[in-house]
Amino acid sequence: MKTYYDPKDLKRFGDIADWDEALAKKFFYWYGAAFEDGALTGREKALIALGVAHAIQCPYCIDAYTQDLLQRGESEEAMMEAVHVAGAIRGGASLVHGVQMMQKAKSLSM
Amino acid sequence: MSLPRSTSKRSGQGTFSDPQRTLEHLSAAPFGTSEWPHFEARLEEASLLPLRPTGLDILQVNVGYVCNQTCAHCHVDAGPDRKEIMSEETFAEVLRVLREARPTTLDLTGGAPEMNPGFKAFVETVRAEHPADALDIIVRSNLTILESHDRFKALVPWFAAQRIHVVSSLPSVHARQTDRQRGDGVFGASIRAIGALNAVGYGDPETGLVLDLVHNPTGAFLPGDAQALELRFKQELGDRFGLKFNQLLTITNLPISRYLDFLVASGNYEDYMETLIDAFNPAAASGVMCRNTLSVGWDGALYDCDFNQMLDLPIDHPQRHVSDWTAAAVERNIAVRNHCYGCTAGAGSSCSGTIV
Repeated sequence: MKTYYDPKDLKRFGDIADWDEALAKKFFYWYGAAFEDGALTGREKALIALGVAHAIQCPYCIDAYTQDLLQRGESEEAMMEAVHVAGAIRGGASLVHGVQMMQKAKSLSM
Repeated sequence: MSLPRSTSKRSGQGTFSDPQRTLEHLSAAPFGTSEWPHFEARLEEASLLPLRPTGLDILQVNVGYVCNQTCAHCHVDAGPDRKEIMSEETFAEVLRVLREARPTTLDLTGGAPEMNPGFKAFVETVRAEHPADALDIIVRSNLTILESHDRFKALVPWFAAQRIHVVSSLPSVHARQTDRQRGDGVFGASIRAIGALNAVGYGDPETGLVLDLVHNPTGAFLPGDAQALELRFKQELGDRFGLKFNQLLTITNLPISRYLDFLVASGNYEDYMETLIDAFNPAAASGVMCRNTLSVGWDGALYDCDFNQMLDLPIDHPQRHVSDWTAAAVERNIAVRNHCYGCTAGAGSSCSGTIV
Protein backbone atom coordinates (compact mmCIF):
# COMPACT_ATOMS: atom_id res chain seq x y z
CA MET A 1 0.00 0.00 0.00
CA LYS A 2 1.33 3.43 -0.93
CA THR A 3 1.69 5.99 1.82
CA TYR A 4 2.79 9.61 1.87
CA TYR A 5 5.50 8.84 4.42
CA ASP A 6 8.11 6.08 4.17
CA PRO A 7 10.20 5.56 7.36
CA LYS A 8 13.16 4.59 5.17
CA ASP A 9 13.21 8.14 3.75
CA LEU A 10 14.76 9.34 7.00
CA LYS A 11 17.97 7.48 6.16
CA ARG A 12 17.90 9.11 2.74
CA PHE A 13 17.67 12.64 4.17
CA GLY A 14 21.18 13.38 2.90
CA ASP A 15 19.98 12.76 -0.65
CA ILE A 16 18.57 16.31 -0.74
CA ALA A 17 22.16 17.30 -1.54
CA ASP A 18 21.82 15.54 -4.90
CA TRP A 19 19.82 18.44 -6.26
CA ASP A 20 21.41 21.32 -4.34
CA GLU A 21 24.64 20.41 -2.65
CA ALA A 22 25.60 23.90 -1.50
CA LEU A 23 22.39 24.62 0.39
CA ALA A 24 22.21 21.08 1.79
CA LYS A 25 25.75 21.40 3.11
CA LYS A 26 24.89 24.67 4.84
CA PHE A 27 21.74 23.17 6.32
CA PHE A 28 23.41 20.04 7.70
CA TYR A 29 26.29 22.05 9.13
CA TRP A 30 23.88 24.40 10.85
CA TYR A 31 21.70 21.50 12.02
CA GLY A 32 24.70 19.76 13.57
CA ALA A 33 25.93 22.93 15.24
CA ALA A 34 22.49 23.66 16.68
CA PHE A 35 22.51 20.31 18.51
CA GLU A 36 26.00 20.53 19.97
CA ASP A 37 26.36 20.90 23.72
CA GLY A 38 26.29 24.59 24.62
CA ALA A 39 24.40 26.54 27.26
CA LEU A 40 21.92 23.67 26.86
CA THR A 41 23.05 20.05 26.96
CA GLY A 42 22.58 17.72 24.01
CA ARG A 43 19.98 15.87 26.08
CA GLU A 44 17.99 19.06 26.76
CA LYS A 45 18.13 19.92 23.07
CA ALA A 46 16.92 16.44 22.14
CA LEU A 47 13.93 16.83 24.49
CA ILE A 48 13.14 20.20 22.87
CA ALA A 49 13.44 18.54 19.46
CA LEU A 50 11.02 15.81 20.53
CA GLY A 51 8.51 18.41 21.71
CA VAL A 52 8.83 20.44 18.51
CA ALA A 53 8.54 17.24 16.46
CA HIS A 54 5.14 16.68 18.02
CA ALA A 55 4.08 20.29 17.63
CA ILE A 56 4.87 20.21 13.90
CA GLN A 57 3.79 16.56 13.67
CA CYS A 58 6.90 15.38 11.82
CA PRO A 59 6.93 11.57 11.86
CA TYR A 60 10.59 11.41 10.86
CA CYS A 61 11.58 13.71 13.71
CA ILE A 62 9.43 11.77 16.20
CA ASP A 63 11.14 8.50 15.22
CA ALA A 64 14.59 10.07 15.25
CA TYR A 65 14.38 11.86 18.59
CA THR A 66 12.52 9.07 20.39
CA GLN A 67 15.38 6.74 19.49
CA ASP A 68 17.99 9.40 20.23
CA LEU A 69 16.56 9.97 23.71
CA LEU A 70 16.35 6.23 24.47
CA GLN A 71 20.00 5.93 23.46
CA ARG A 72 20.79 8.75 25.85
CA GLY A 73 19.14 6.74 28.63
CA GLU A 74 16.12 9.02 28.90
CA SER A 75 12.99 7.87 30.72
CA GLU A 76 9.59 7.44 29.13
CA GLU A 77 8.24 9.89 31.72
CA ALA A 78 10.57 12.68 30.59
CA MET A 79 9.72 12.09 26.95
CA MET A 80 5.99 12.18 27.62
CA GLU A 81 6.41 15.40 29.64
CA ALA A 82 8.09 16.97 26.61
CA VAL A 83 5.14 15.91 24.45
CA HIS A 84 2.70 17.43 26.92
CA VAL A 85 4.61 20.70 26.88
CA ALA A 86 4.36 20.70 23.07
CA GLY A 87 0.68 19.87 23.29
CA ALA A 88 0.07 22.53 25.90
CA ILE A 89 1.73 25.18 23.75
CA ARG A 90 -0.24 24.06 20.70
CA GLY A 91 -3.49 23.95 22.67
CA GLY A 92 -2.73 27.24 24.35
CA ALA A 93 -1.96 28.82 21.00
CA SER A 94 -5.43 27.88 19.81
CA LEU A 95 -7.17 28.83 23.01
CA VAL A 96 -5.50 32.20 23.37
CA HIS A 97 -7.10 33.08 20.03
CA GLY A 98 -10.35 32.66 21.88
CA VAL A 99 -9.68 36.09 23.31
CA GLN A 100 -9.57 37.47 19.76
CA MET A 101 -12.82 35.67 19.04
CA MET A 102 -14.39 37.13 22.15
CA GLN A 103 -13.21 40.65 21.31
CA LYS A 104 -14.47 40.35 17.75
CA ALA A 105 -17.80 38.98 18.93
CA LYS A 106 -18.15 41.76 21.47
CA SER A 107 -17.29 44.42 18.90
CA LEU A 108 -19.95 43.07 16.57
CA SER A 109 -22.60 42.48 19.14
CA MET A 110 -25.17 44.82 20.63
CA MET B 1 9.57 -6.16 24.82
CA SER B 2 8.15 -9.23 26.46
CA LEU B 3 8.63 -9.60 30.17
CA PRO B 4 11.48 -11.78 31.41
CA ARG B 5 10.42 -15.38 31.81
CA SER B 6 10.84 -17.63 34.80
CA THR B 7 12.64 -20.29 32.78
CA SER B 8 15.15 -20.32 29.95
CA LYS B 9 13.81 -20.75 26.44
CA ARG B 10 15.97 -23.80 25.78
CA SER B 11 13.73 -25.69 28.16
CA GLY B 12 10.64 -24.44 26.39
CA GLN B 13 9.69 -23.25 22.93
CA GLY B 14 12.23 -20.49 22.28
CA THR B 15 12.94 -19.97 18.61
CA PHE B 16 16.52 -18.74 18.63
CA SER B 17 17.75 -20.63 21.66
CA ASP B 18 18.75 -23.14 18.96
CA PRO B 19 22.23 -22.07 17.72
CA GLN B 20 21.78 -23.68 14.30
CA ARG B 21 18.52 -21.89 13.71
CA THR B 22 20.10 -18.61 14.76
CA LEU B 23 23.03 -19.06 12.38
CA GLU B 24 20.69 -19.94 9.53
CA HIS B 25 18.54 -16.89 10.18
CA LEU B 26 21.58 -14.65 10.36
CA SER B 27 22.96 -15.86 7.04
CA ALA B 28 19.66 -15.90 5.10
CA ALA B 29 18.62 -13.23 2.59
CA PRO B 30 18.86 -10.32 2.44
CA PHE B 31 22.38 -11.17 3.68
CA GLY B 32 24.64 -11.61 0.69
CA THR B 33 23.27 -8.58 -1.19
CA SER B 34 25.21 -5.34 -1.66
CA GLU B 35 23.12 -3.67 1.07
CA TRP B 36 23.62 -6.57 3.50
CA PRO B 37 27.13 -7.93 2.86
CA HIS B 38 28.23 -10.85 4.98
CA PHE B 39 30.50 -9.86 7.86
CA GLU B 40 33.39 -11.75 6.32
CA ALA B 41 33.10 -9.63 3.17
CA ARG B 42 33.33 -6.43 5.21
CA LEU B 43 36.38 -7.79 7.04
CA GLU B 44 37.96 -8.65 3.72
CA GLU B 45 37.36 -5.10 2.44
CA ALA B 46 39.06 -3.83 5.59
CA SER B 47 42.01 -6.22 5.00
CA LEU B 48 41.20 -8.00 8.28
CA LEU B 49 40.32 -11.43 6.90
CA PRO B 50 41.27 -13.89 8.23
CA LEU B 51 40.86 -12.31 11.64
CA ARG B 52 43.72 -13.53 13.82
CA PRO B 53 44.36 -13.34 17.57
CA THR B 54 46.97 -10.86 18.75
CA GLY B 55 47.62 -12.75 21.98
CA LEU B 56 45.89 -14.04 25.08
CA ASP B 57 45.30 -11.17 27.51
CA ILE B 58 41.84 -12.15 28.75
CA LEU B 59 40.74 -15.63 29.72
CA GLN B 60 36.96 -15.50 29.92
CA VAL B 61 35.45 -18.46 31.71
CA ASN B 62 31.76 -19.25 31.68
CA VAL B 63 31.30 -21.27 34.86
CA GLY B 64 27.69 -22.25 34.11
CA TYR B 65 24.37 -21.15 32.70
CA VAL B 66 22.33 -21.30 35.91
CA CYS B 67 21.10 -17.88 36.99
CA ASN B 68 18.57 -16.44 39.43
CA GLN B 69 17.36 -14.11 36.66
CA THR B 70 15.95 -14.71 33.18
CA CYS B 71 16.65 -11.44 31.40
CA ALA B 72 14.72 -10.73 28.21
CA HIS B 73 17.86 -10.05 26.18
CA CYS B 74 20.18 -12.75 27.59
CA HIS B 75 22.50 -14.17 24.94
CA VAL B 76 23.23 -17.16 27.20
CA ASP B 77 19.53 -18.06 27.62
CA ALA B 78 20.43 -18.43 31.28
CA GLY B 79 17.91 -19.15 33.99
CA PRO B 80 17.18 -21.04 37.21
CA ASP B 81 16.41 -24.22 35.26
CA ARG B 82 19.75 -24.47 33.44
CA LYS B 83 21.88 -27.37 34.65
CA GLU B 84 25.16 -26.71 32.83
CA ILE B 85 27.81 -26.08 35.47
CA MET B 86 31.63 -26.16 35.39
CA SER B 87 33.10 -29.15 37.24
CA GLU B 88 36.08 -29.23 39.61
CA GLU B 89 38.10 -31.06 36.95
CA THR B 90 37.50 -28.30 34.43
CA PHE B 91 38.31 -25.61 37.00
CA ALA B 92 41.61 -27.42 37.54
CA GLU B 93 42.36 -27.25 33.82
CA VAL B 94 41.58 -23.52 33.84
CA LEU B 95 44.08 -23.12 36.69
CA ARG B 96 46.70 -24.80 34.52
CA VAL B 97 46.00 -22.45 31.60
CA LEU B 98 46.28 -19.45 33.92
CA ARG B 99 49.68 -20.65 35.14
CA GLU B 100 50.97 -21.26 31.63
CA ALA B 101 49.36 -18.40 29.67
CA ARG B 102 49.69 -15.68 32.33
CA PRO B 103 46.87 -13.51 30.98
CA THR B 104 46.32 -10.09 32.56
CA THR B 105 42.61 -10.74 33.17
CA LEU B 106 40.46 -13.65 34.28
CA ASP B 107 36.86 -12.80 33.41
CA LEU B 108 34.31 -15.01 35.18
CA THR B 109 30.84 -15.03 33.74
CA GLY B 110 27.72 -17.18 33.55
CA GLY B 111 24.76 -17.33 34.30
CA ALA B 112 25.36 -16.09 37.78
CA PRO B 113 28.91 -17.31 38.44
CA GLU B 114 28.32 -17.16 42.18
CA MET B 115 25.80 -20.02 41.85
CA ASN B 116 28.48 -22.53 40.84
CA PRO B 117 29.24 -24.50 44.06
CA GLY B 118 32.95 -24.53 43.21
CA PHE B 119 33.15 -20.80 42.49
CA LYS B 120 34.60 -19.62 45.81
CA ALA B 121 37.23 -22.32 46.11
CA PHE B 122 38.30 -21.73 42.53
CA VAL B 123 38.66 -17.97 42.96
CA GLU B 124 40.57 -18.38 46.23
CA THR B 125 43.00 -20.76 44.55
CA VAL B 126 43.47 -18.38 41.61
CA ARG B 127 44.09 -15.44 43.90
CA ALA B 128 46.56 -17.40 46.01
CA GLU B 129 48.53 -18.19 42.86
CA HIS B 130 48.16 -14.79 41.14
CA PRO B 131 48.30 -11.59 43.25
CA ALA B 132 46.04 -8.68 42.38
CA ASP B 133 48.83 -6.71 40.70
CA ALA B 134 49.44 -9.63 38.33
CA LEU B 135 45.90 -10.73 37.54
CA ASP B 136 42.66 -8.77 37.37
CA ILE B 137 39.87 -11.17 38.39
CA ILE B 138 36.55 -9.97 37.04
CA VAL B 139 33.32 -11.41 38.36
CA ARG B 140 30.28 -10.53 36.27
CA SER B 141 27.74 -10.35 39.07
CA ASN B 142 24.12 -9.60 38.27
CA LEU B 143 23.83 -7.78 41.65
CA THR B 144 20.49 -9.32 42.65
CA ILE B 145 22.21 -12.59 43.54
CA LEU B 146 24.06 -10.63 46.24
CA GLU B 147 20.69 -9.73 47.78
CA SER B 148 19.04 -13.11 47.35
CA HIS B 149 20.30 -15.09 50.35
CA ASP B 150 22.61 -14.66 53.34
CA ARG B 151 25.05 -17.08 51.72
CA PHE B 152 25.39 -14.74 48.75
CA LYS B 153 25.25 -11.52 50.81
CA ALA B 154 28.41 -12.78 52.49
CA LEU B 155 30.17 -12.66 49.13
CA VAL B 156 30.34 -8.86 49.24
CA PRO B 157 33.12 -8.60 51.87
CA TRP B 158 34.69 -11.73 50.38
CA PHE B 159 34.87 -10.00 46.98
CA ALA B 160 36.74 -7.15 48.67
CA ALA B 161 39.12 -9.53 50.46
CA GLN B 162 39.90 -11.32 47.19
CA ARG B 163 40.36 -7.98 45.37
CA ILE B 164 37.69 -8.94 42.85
CA HIS B 165 36.85 -6.51 40.07
CA VAL B 166 33.05 -6.51 40.03
CA VAL B 167 31.28 -5.83 36.74
CA SER B 168 27.51 -5.62 36.97
CA SER B 169 24.65 -4.93 34.62
CA LEU B 170 22.41 -1.97 35.24
CA PRO B 171 20.94 -1.11 31.86
CA SER B 172 19.08 1.98 32.99
CA VAL B 173 18.80 4.36 35.92
CA HIS B 174 15.04 4.12 35.47
CA ALA B 175 13.36 1.26 37.34
CA ARG B 176 10.77 0.61 34.67
CA GLN B 177 13.34 0.16 31.89
CA THR B 178 15.65 -2.01 34.00
CA ASP B 179 12.83 -4.22 35.28
CA ARG B 180 11.36 -4.66 31.81
CA GLN B 181 14.66 -6.13 30.63
CA ARG B 182 15.84 -7.96 33.75
CA GLY B 183 12.68 -8.79 35.71
CA ASP B 184 10.36 -7.27 38.28
CA GLY B 185 12.13 -5.82 41.28
CA VAL B 186 15.60 -6.11 39.76
CA PHE B 187 16.24 -2.37 39.83
CA GLY B 188 15.49 -2.07 43.54
CA ALA B 189 17.56 -5.14 44.45
CA SER B 190 20.42 -3.89 42.27
CA ILE B 191 20.41 -0.52 44.03
CA ARG B 192 20.61 -2.28 47.41
CA ALA B 193 23.46 -4.49 46.20
CA ILE B 194 25.44 -1.51 44.88
CA GLY B 195 24.93 0.09 48.30
CA ALA B 196 26.34 -3.01 49.97
CA LEU B 197 29.34 -3.01 47.62
CA ASN B 198 29.90 0.69 48.26
CA ALA B 199 29.80 0.02 52.02
CA VAL B 200 32.88 -2.22 51.79
CA GLY B 201 34.73 0.26 49.57
CA TYR B 202 33.70 -0.61 46.02
CA GLY B 203 33.44 2.36 43.67
CA ASP B 204 35.78 4.49 45.79
CA PRO B 205 38.96 5.29 43.80
CA GLU B 206 40.97 5.38 47.04
CA THR B 207 40.30 1.75 47.94
CA GLY B 208 41.20 0.37 44.53
CA LEU B 209 38.09 -1.84 44.71
CA VAL B 210 36.56 -1.49 41.28
CA LEU B 211 32.85 -1.67 40.55
CA ASP B 212 32.00 -1.11 36.90
CA LEU B 213 28.43 -1.02 35.68
CA VAL B 214 27.26 -2.23 32.30
CA HIS B 215 24.69 -0.41 30.22
CA ASN B 216 23.16 -2.30 27.36
CA PRO B 217 20.17 -0.87 25.53
CA THR B 218 16.71 -1.83 26.73
CA GLY B 219 15.35 -2.13 23.21
CA ALA B 220 16.18 -2.25 19.50
CA PHE B 221 18.76 0.50 19.42
CA LEU B 222 22.48 0.97 19.94
CA PRO B 223 24.02 2.43 23.09
CA GLY B 224 24.41 6.20 23.12
CA ASP B 225 27.63 8.08 23.79
CA ALA B 226 29.49 6.21 26.53
CA GLN B 227 30.89 9.27 28.30
CA ALA B 228 27.56 11.09 28.37
CA LEU B 229 25.80 7.99 29.67
CA GLU B 230 28.41 7.50 32.38
CA LEU B 231 27.97 11.08 33.52
CA ARG B 232 24.20 10.64 33.61
CA PHE B 233 24.43 7.36 35.54
CA LYS B 234 26.83 8.88 38.07
CA GLN B 235 24.62 11.91 38.58
CA GLU B 236 21.39 9.93 38.90
CA LEU B 237 22.75 7.17 41.13
CA GLY B 238 24.65 9.69 43.23
CA ASP B 239 21.83 12.21 43.65
CA ARG B 240 18.97 9.75 44.09
CA PHE B 241 20.65 6.96 46.04
CA GLY B 242 24.08 8.21 47.16
CA LEU B 243 25.78 5.44 45.17
CA LYS B 244 29.20 5.31 43.50
CA PHE B 245 30.79 3.24 40.80
CA ASN B 246 33.94 3.49 38.70
CA GLN B 247 33.15 3.15 35.01
CA LEU B 248 30.09 2.62 32.89
CA LEU B 249 30.73 0.06 30.15
CA THR B 250 28.35 0.34 27.22
CA ILE B 251 27.69 -2.92 25.38
CA THR B 252 25.73 -3.45 22.17
CA ASN B 253 23.15 -6.25 22.23
CA LEU B 254 24.17 -8.95 19.76
CA PRO B 255 21.40 -10.38 17.60
CA ILE B 256 21.37 -13.91 18.99
CA SER B 257 19.28 -16.00 21.40
CA ARG B 258 16.58 -14.13 23.37
CA TYR B 259 17.49 -10.75 21.94
CA LEU B 260 17.06 -12.10 18.40
CA ASP B 261 13.69 -13.49 19.46
CA PHE B 262 12.74 -9.99 20.59
CA LEU B 263 14.02 -8.35 17.39
CA VAL B 264 12.07 -10.72 15.15
CA ALA B 265 8.88 -10.78 17.24
CA SER B 266 8.79 -6.99 17.53
CA GLY B 267 9.42 -6.41 13.81
CA ASN B 268 12.73 -4.68 14.49
CA TYR B 269 15.13 -7.27 13.05
CA GLU B 270 15.73 -5.68 9.65
CA ASP B 271 16.12 -2.13 10.94
CA TYR B 272 18.46 -3.26 13.71
CA MET B 273 20.66 -5.29 11.38
CA GLU B 274 20.76 -2.42 8.89
CA THR B 275 21.84 -0.12 11.69
CA LEU B 276 24.65 -2.51 12.66
CA ILE B 277 25.73 -3.04 9.05
CA ASP B 278 25.67 0.69 8.19
CA ALA B 279 27.67 1.49 11.33
CA PHE B 280 30.44 -1.05 10.57
CA ASN B 281 33.67 0.57 11.73
CA PRO B 282 36.96 -0.95 10.50
CA ALA B 283 38.82 0.61 13.44
CA ALA B 284 36.49 -1.16 15.87
CA ALA B 285 36.83 -4.37 13.85
CA SER B 286 40.60 -4.35 14.22
CA GLY B 287 40.26 -4.11 18.01
CA VAL B 288 37.50 -6.64 18.68
CA MET B 289 37.82 -8.54 21.94
CA CYS B 290 38.11 -11.98 20.32
CA ARG B 291 41.61 -11.01 19.18
CA ASN B 292 43.02 -11.05 22.71
CA THR B 293 40.47 -13.25 24.47
CA LEU B 294 39.89 -16.96 24.83
CA SER B 295 36.48 -18.11 26.02
CA VAL B 296 36.13 -21.32 28.03
CA GLY B 297 32.73 -22.96 28.17
CA TRP B 298 31.27 -24.63 31.26
CA ASP B 299 32.35 -28.02 29.85
CA GLY B 300 35.86 -26.83 28.98
CA ALA B 301 35.24 -26.31 25.27
CA LEU B 302 37.18 -23.37 23.80
CA TYR B 303 35.69 -20.50 21.81
CA ASP B 304 36.80 -17.14 20.43
CA CYS B 305 34.19 -15.35 22.56
CA ASP B 306 31.17 -15.94 24.79
CA PHE B 307 28.80 -15.23 21.87
CA ASN B 308 30.43 -17.89 19.69
CA GLN B 309 30.14 -20.21 22.68
CA MET B 310 26.37 -19.76 22.67
CA LEU B 311 26.31 -20.41 18.92
CA ASP B 312 28.33 -23.64 19.24
CA LEU B 313 31.11 -22.15 17.09
CA PRO B 314 34.32 -23.66 18.52
CA ILE B 315 37.79 -22.32 17.84
CA ASP B 316 39.31 -23.24 14.51
CA HIS B 317 42.19 -25.19 16.02
CA PRO B 318 42.79 -28.84 16.95
CA GLN B 319 43.05 -27.86 20.64
CA ARG B 320 39.35 -27.39 21.21
CA HIS B 321 39.21 -28.26 24.90
CA VAL B 322 40.82 -26.55 27.86
CA SER B 323 42.55 -29.81 28.77
CA ASP B 324 44.32 -29.74 25.37
CA TRP B 325 45.26 -26.07 25.47
CA THR B 326 48.80 -24.96 24.74
CA ALA B 327 50.11 -21.56 23.69
CA ALA B 328 49.93 -22.79 20.10
CA ALA B 329 46.14 -22.27 20.20
CA VAL B 330 46.75 -18.57 19.50
CA GLU B 331 47.67 -19.58 15.94
CA ARG B 332 44.18 -19.80 14.52
CA ASN B 333 41.59 -18.00 12.43
CA ILE B 334 38.79 -16.49 14.50
CA ALA B 335 35.33 -17.82 13.63
CA VAL B 336 33.18 -14.92 12.42
CA ARG B 337 29.54 -14.83 11.33
CA ASN B 338 27.03 -12.04 10.83
CA HIS B 339 26.28 -11.63 14.55
CA CYS B 340 29.80 -10.14 14.75
CA TYR B 341 28.41 -6.90 13.29
CA GLY B 342 27.27 -6.23 16.85
CA CYS B 343 30.87 -5.79 18.00
CA THR B 344 31.98 -3.52 15.15
CA ALA B 345 29.20 -0.91 15.00
CA GLY B 346 30.13 2.68 15.71
CA ALA B 347 32.54 2.89 18.63
CA GLY B 348 32.52 -0.91 18.77
CA SER B 349 31.49 -3.16 21.62
CA SER B 350 33.25 -5.64 23.85
CA CYS B 351 32.82 -7.06 27.32
CA SER B 352 34.94 -4.08 28.43
CA GLY B 353 32.71 -1.54 26.71
CA THR B 354 33.51 0.52 23.62
CA ILE B 355 36.57 -0.30 21.50
CA VAL B 356 37.52 3.02 19.86
